[in-house]
Amino acid sequence: MENNTSQNYAHIKGWGVDADPENEPTYPMKHYTGDDHRRLDWERPPQQPQHVEILHSNERPSVSAVFGTPLPPKGLSGAIRRVAYKYSESRFAHWIPLLVADRINVVEGVLDDIRRGHVPNLFVEQGGKAAWKHNRKTMVSRMLIGAVLAAGIVAALSLKRSRRSV
Amino acid sequence: MLAMNYRGPRRVRVDHKPYPEILHPNDAIVRVTRSCICGSDLHLYHGMVPDTRVGTTFGHEFIGIVEETGPSVQRLKKGDHVIVPFNIACGTCAFCKQGLYGNCHESNPEATAVGGIFGYSHTAGGYDGGQAEYVRVPYADVGPTVIPPEMDPDDAVLLTDVVPTGYQAAEMAGIKTGDTVVIFGAGPIGIMAARCAWLFGAARVIVIDHVEYRLEFARHYGPCEAYNFRSLEDPVLFLKRETGWLGADVCIDAVGADAAGSALHTLTGKKLLLQAGSAIALHWAINSVKKGGIVSVVGVYGPTGNLVPIGNVVNKGITIRANQASVKRLLPRLIKHVQDGYINPKALITHRLPLEEVADAYHIFSSKLDNCIKTVLIPPSAKI
Repeated sequence: MENNTSQNYAHIKGWGVDADPENEPTYPMKHYTGDDHRRLDWERPPQQPQHVEILHSNERPSVSAVFGTPLPPKGLSGAIRRVAYKYSESRFAHWIPLLVADRINVVEGVLDDIRRGHVPNLFVEQGGKAAWKHNRKTMVSRMLIGAVLAAGIVAALSLKRSRRSV
Repeated sequence: MLAMNYRGPRRVRVDHKPYPEILHPNDAIVRVTRSCICGSDLHLYHGMVPDTRVGTTFGHEFIGIVEETGPSVQRLKKGDHVIVPFNIACGTCAFCKQGLYGNCHESNPEATAVGGIFGYSHTAGGYDGGQAEYVRVPYADVGPTVIPPEMDPDDAVLLTDVVPTGYQAAEMAGIKTGDTVVIFGAGPIGIMAARCAWLFGAARVIVIDHVEYRLEFARHYGPCEAYNFRSLEDPVLFLKRETGWLGADVCIDAVGADAAGSALHTLTGKKLLLQAGSAIALHWAINSVKKGGIVSVVGVYGPTGNLVPIGNVVNKGITIRANQASVKRLLPRLIKHVQDGYINPKALITHRLPLEEVADAYHIFSSKLDNCIKTVLIPPSAKI
């Protein structure tokens, strides 16, 4: 059966080259060493100096030997993130506040841009040029739907005002 | 230097950012020559990954030239052109020592369930990524691998993630000679998994997706059978019929949290974020595999929870294997596979754009426009 099978796929270059796990250097995935039974007992790499605030999971005793330093927590989103990291990764109380903080951070980002004299160009940032080139029909339909909705809201508001004034 | 800058869901731009610094004795600074947008970058782009801070530079698939090294770096020198694995690994923790370089415990303070990943939110360590001119690369003696001189950089950049992840999907699936392998997802990873399934001796490879141009690509690249689930009444029933009513020997989820195909999963997973993304591909994988079969998961999901038929996993005696690819472990073999012509990574690349057009690149990839399979970004300082 195996020989027939290999003949059937002779046209596919490399077919079956890794079929024998015993001859396969990348198999199995985990090379058992028992090291994990020694828990946090390995010789740790040198510790990266910490000059900015790094939040760490409460499922580990301290920060890892290296970490990313851009964008330490700040502002309202940062305050929410600090609270979130008091809960374990097993809790929604960890993840939901982080998602909320992400959305607040978007508003903070816009305000930060404006404070620095930069008005975000939403058309460019959302890939409007590519949409215009490759997906014009959908783009135009969305713009029209948006315009109709906006016109409807404006009309409804002005009708409400005119009724009040009567 | 120029770098991609995340401003919020579906909003990115290129900005000037400070040149990265050596912050640890084993750091290197790498000048990026190629950087890709990965399907999992779209989870960030869509705002689905918690603790994705505004201002982050994405990009975990990149190659580049070593510009600077920290005092303890011994294996790399200035001028080396290197493949940088997407996962950051120390090489000395218990998990790295066992070859689990995708699960390093010394690279991510913010979460214990995932190791450090370049440009993949603070949940994955808070590192800036490679969609930039320069990147700080920690543990320079461990992960980065010098690109063989004859290798095309376009092949090399896909060895950072796409090829190892597709290959490991097939490897974890424990494919035996003669197996029928079903792969959910015809993105770059799914297509690569289809290609790699043959290397393990599969007899039949079937890819399921709903994007017709990608299915067509998979049919030729795999080569394999490819079906559009929108034209099937029920993909699970279709696969049962196609596999003698028992189910596939192996199913691979190469989609993850952005899966289409179920209104319920789209609403609860992608719109309301009540689950960690849409898990319909995993649902189909569990229900399409035979009893005692194997489901291999490389699709990326968020850290909370998902609606999947775990009861069927128990009742059918299914083995589920999943992980982030252990890129460093796999690289020597995969470089050889590319050199031997078993895998042709660069054929996946459909779009090459300058880094300055990163917003358009994300839009094209995210909306699957212009028959896009894989996008490569080239920074102005790449010079090759």
